Amino acid sequence: MSATARDGPEELLLLDRIAVARGGRELVRDLSLALGPGDAALVTGPNGAGKSSLIRVCAGLLRPAAGRVTASSSALADARLALDEERPLRRALAFWGGAVEDALGALNLLALADVPVRFLSTGQRQRANLARVVASGAPLWLLDEPVNGLDIASTGLIETLVARHRANGGAVVVATHIPMSLPDAAGVRL
Amino acid sequence: MSGVGARALVTRELRRAWTGGGLVTPVVFFLLVAVLFPFAVGPDARLLARVGGGVIWAAALLAALLPVERLVGPDLEAGVLDQLSVRGVPLPGVMLAKIAAHWLGFAPALMLAAVIAAGLLGLPVETLVRVEAGLVIGTAGLAALAVATGALTAGLRGAGALAGLLMLPLAVPLLIFGAGAVTEGTGALKLLAAVSLLYLAGAPPVAAAAVRAGMD
Repeated sequence: MSATARDGPEELLLLDRIAVARGGRELVRDLSLALGPGDAALVTGPNGAGKSSLIRVCAGLLRPAAGRVTASSSALADARLALDEERPLRRALAFWGGAVEDALGALNLLALADVPVRFLSTGQRQRANLARVVASGAPLWLLDEPVNGLDIASTGLIETLVARHRANGGAVVVATHIPMSLPDAAGVRL
Repeated sequence: MSGVGARALVTRELRRAWTGGGLVTPVVFFLLVAVLFPFAVGPDARLLARVGGGVIWAAALLAALLPVERLVGPDLEAGVLDQLSVRGVPLPGVMLAKIAAHWLGFAPALMLAAVIAAGLLGLPVETLVRVEAGLVIGTAGLAALAVATGALTAGLRGAGALAGLLMLPLAVPLLIFGAGAVTEGTGALKLLAAVSLLYLAGAPPVAAAAVRAGMD
C-alpha cells in the first residue's frame, strides 16, 4: 500500500515499530504504519487480538510497550459514548464543542437533537458517538467498531462520511470485525 | 479542532451536582448526624453549646464522604476522561476544575445547613460565625481530598467504603484545626488554611496520576 511507504512531515499518524502489550501479554509486535492526508488503515482481527488497544495507542491513551507513536490531533469513537445521559443530545454534544449542527445533520440525528441521550437506541447512540467525531474537526479519526449495532443504511452513511473526510485531507484508522467498505486502506491484520 | 474550556468543565460539574441530587443527600445526612448528638448525649443546653462546634465539624467530615463516588468514577467509566485526554486537556486541570466545582456546590450548601444545625444545637451566634469561617476554608481542603480519593478509588468494587478509609485519616488535620478554630480563634484558622492549601496543591496531580494509571 502507498500508505505505508511514505514518510514525511505531512504524516497525520506515524507508528514506528511499535509493540502493544496488555496484562503482560504482547498483542502487537513490530508494527509500522504511516498515514498521510486521505489515507486510511483498516485494523481487523478476532476478539481480543488487540484492535481496541491499538486504537488507544494511536490516541495516546496507552503507551506502546516499544516503538514510537506520532499523531496529529485526533478524534476517538470507541465503545464508550462520553455524553451526559440526562442531557438532550444537542447539548450533550455541545459540551465537546465544534460544528455540532453540521454533525447532527450529517448523521441524520437532527430529529433526535432534543431527546435525552439515555433514551437513544443502540444504533442511535453509535451515530451520536460518530457525530462527536465529525463535529470535532480533527484531521485524524480513530474509530473503534464504528458500525457495531448499525443498520445497513447507517453503515453506508458512515462509509460515505469517512470517504468525505479522506477527500478533505483527513486520515482514519478503523478497527472492526464487521466488513466495511474502506477503499485503498492499508490493511492491518492482528 | 475544538477544545473544552475550564468554564465548560466547572459548569458541567455544578449542573451534575445539583441535578443528580448529589448535593441534597450529603446536606440531609449532615443535618441527621448533627441531630443524632442531642439524642445521644442528652438535651443539656450548656453541654451542647460547648461541644456543638465540634459536632458540626464531625458531621461535615462524614457528609463530605458521600459525594466521593460520583466525582470521578462515572466520568472514567463513561469515557469522558479519555475524550478530554485525546483533546489535549491536561488531566490535573480537569481535576482542579472538579475540585473548584465541588467546592462551589458543597461549601454553600453545607454552610447553609450549618446554620440550621447551629439552631438545633442551640449554639451562640459568635460560635456559629467561627464555625462558618472555618467551613469556608476547610471545605476547600475537603473538596480536594474528595476528588483525590474519588480518583484513587474510581472503578474499584466497594469504592465507597474504601474511600472512607482513605479519606477520613487525611481529613483529621482539617477536623482538628476546624474544630480548634471554634474555641481558639484565628490561630487555628490560619493552620486550617495552610492544611487546605496543601491539599489543594497536592490533590490535582495525585488525582490525575491515579486516573492515568487507571487508563493504562
